[in-house]
Amino acid sequence: MGTKVNLISGRTIVQGQNLDSKLSEAYFNEVATCELNGSDMEKLGVAADERVKVKTNYGEVVVKAKEKAGTPEGVIFIPMGPWANALVSGDTHGAGMPSYKGIDAEIEPTEEEVLQVKALMKTYME
Amino acid sequence: MAEITDVVCSLCGCVCDDIVVEVEDNKVTKVKKGACAVGKSKLMGHGRIESPAIRENGSLKECSYDDAIKKAAEILAAARRPLLYGWSSTVCEADKVGVELAEEIGAVIDNTASVCHGPSVLAIQDVGLPSCTLGEVKNRADLVIYWGANPAAAHANHMKRYSYISKGYWTEEGKKNKKLVVVDVRKTATAKMADVFLQIEQGKDYLVLSALRALLYGYDDVVPEEVGGISKKDLLETVKMIKESKFGITFFGMGVTHTRGRHNNIVNAIEMTRAAHTHTKFSIMPMRGHYNVAGINQVCTWETGFPFAVDLTRGYAWYNPGEVSATDLLIRRECDAALIIASDPGAHFPGESIRHLSKIPVIQIDPFPNPTTEFADVVIPAAISGVEAEGNVYRMDNIPIRLRKLVDTEYIADEEIMKRILEEVRAIKEKEGE
Repeated sequence: MGTKVNLISGRTIVQGQNLDSKLSEAYFNEVATCELNGSDMEKLGVAADERVKVKTNYGEVVVKAKEKAGTPEGVIFIPMGPWANALVSGDTHGAGMPSYKGIDAEIEPTEEEVLQVKALMKTYME
Repeated sequence: MAEITDVVCSLCGCVCDDIVVEVEDNKVTKVKKGACAVGKSKLMGHGRIESPAIRENGSLKECSYDDAIKKAAEILAAARRPLLYGWSSTVCEADKVGVELAEEIGAVIDNTASVCHGPSVLAIQDVGLPSCTLGEVKNRADLVIYWGANPAAAHANHMKRYSYISKGYWTEEGKKNKKLVVVDVRKTATAKMADVFLQIEQGKDYLVLSALRALLYGYDDVVPEEVGGISKKDLLETVKMIKESKFGITFFGMGVTHTRGRHNNIVNAIEMTRAAHTHTKFSIMPMRGHYNVAGINQVCTWETGFPFAVDLTRGYAWYNPGEVSATDLLIRRECDAALIIASDPGAHFPGESIRHLSKIPVIQIDPFPNPTTEFADVVIPAAISGVEAEGNVYRMDNIPIRLRKLVDTEYIADEEIMKRILEEVRAIKEKEGE
């Protein structure tokens, strides 16, 4: 049972720089991450670049933890992209827009590997 | 080596048009000035889809443009409920052919607005939009509010060219003449620059907008001491800044459209602008993401009457976001083929929607390989609009700007690809009718 958090996503500069090279190492290193407040990292017992598993009712992914002071306690930020979206519901509540932000999630330390983008896409094709 | 000035950036909704690049041996070798870090990365280029390809036994096999276009046309002509999606990172000329194709085959045509500012469109249709151009913001605005938007990361030139840092006719000294308010869940790079940063609790935008409306109309007594994590003192300070400004603007982003309340948040933000009008001049504008998402909304509206999520299977245009928007169609597993152009749902759609998309025949038209390529069945490489192909696009304030061609290429432009697919589809249909 992981710690309950509120998941949001959004753009970063490096994510934007690699919009046309999403299969690159630079994109992977930037986007397959999860930003947390320092005290949340301490509570979880994870250090920078250690892996965490994030679960929602719609999916789960493993990403690398990153400390970010501006993130409030109880909120985690995953840059927009395949890893964040693996956790998002397709339901739009009749509005056409999925809930990309404000998703109930659980987070816990893990030893599992972070999936590369190609491997992540394969999970949908099964 | 040749220097090209007044280059137009084809990355984000800012559509910066004062970029200077150097071109040598038919390649952009240097971005000398004007572009932000993200735009520069786009102009300098990345690895391409090298050849048209068709998937056979699980892997993509290279083929000719003719074969790929023929295969794409066969898939689309045979489909019962095809989805044509994307259209935001290409030019209006290609978008126009896209709508024609949708009409020809009875498809649903949707664009990336449905996962970015779709809720803003719904709100604007509901209550209108008291907006302006970015030129007016540059020359007049002395108060800039970014709400749920982080231009320092997503629109890196926005503040410098158009808003807080820009120097305009009545704001000669740039930010010395201006105030900046940022409303965000995180203390972002943009928030760090703000005169007032309102760190809102996630999902509480509607409440805070309502409180500001009440305060602007003078109903201070109904607002509690704290709303959505923001103290009444800070809300009153913001209202004072609005009242004292000569011309204010709210730019809003995905922080408001992606979150609980969706279009209702935007309706409330527009109503807050109306409340500000009782004191001063005030405007509001969505921070459009892709460089031509505003353009496909324009084209789709001219051609069908509606800006996104348009179903043409009935023989007339049926608009109903939530029913015929791309993600909804996909989670209901309704479409049986998709053409994806100038966008990447593999990276940007919810996993639940990708699950169906990855299992149906998918045609991808794009200059670059991306997660969508991983499951695409027909891959058609395109020229890069704004680098290798010209055409018209609409900036976030709906000002049309023409993209320039900087270098030659053997890749075919999106408009040409779309026209050839349409021709092939018509030929197939004609044959079937015989």
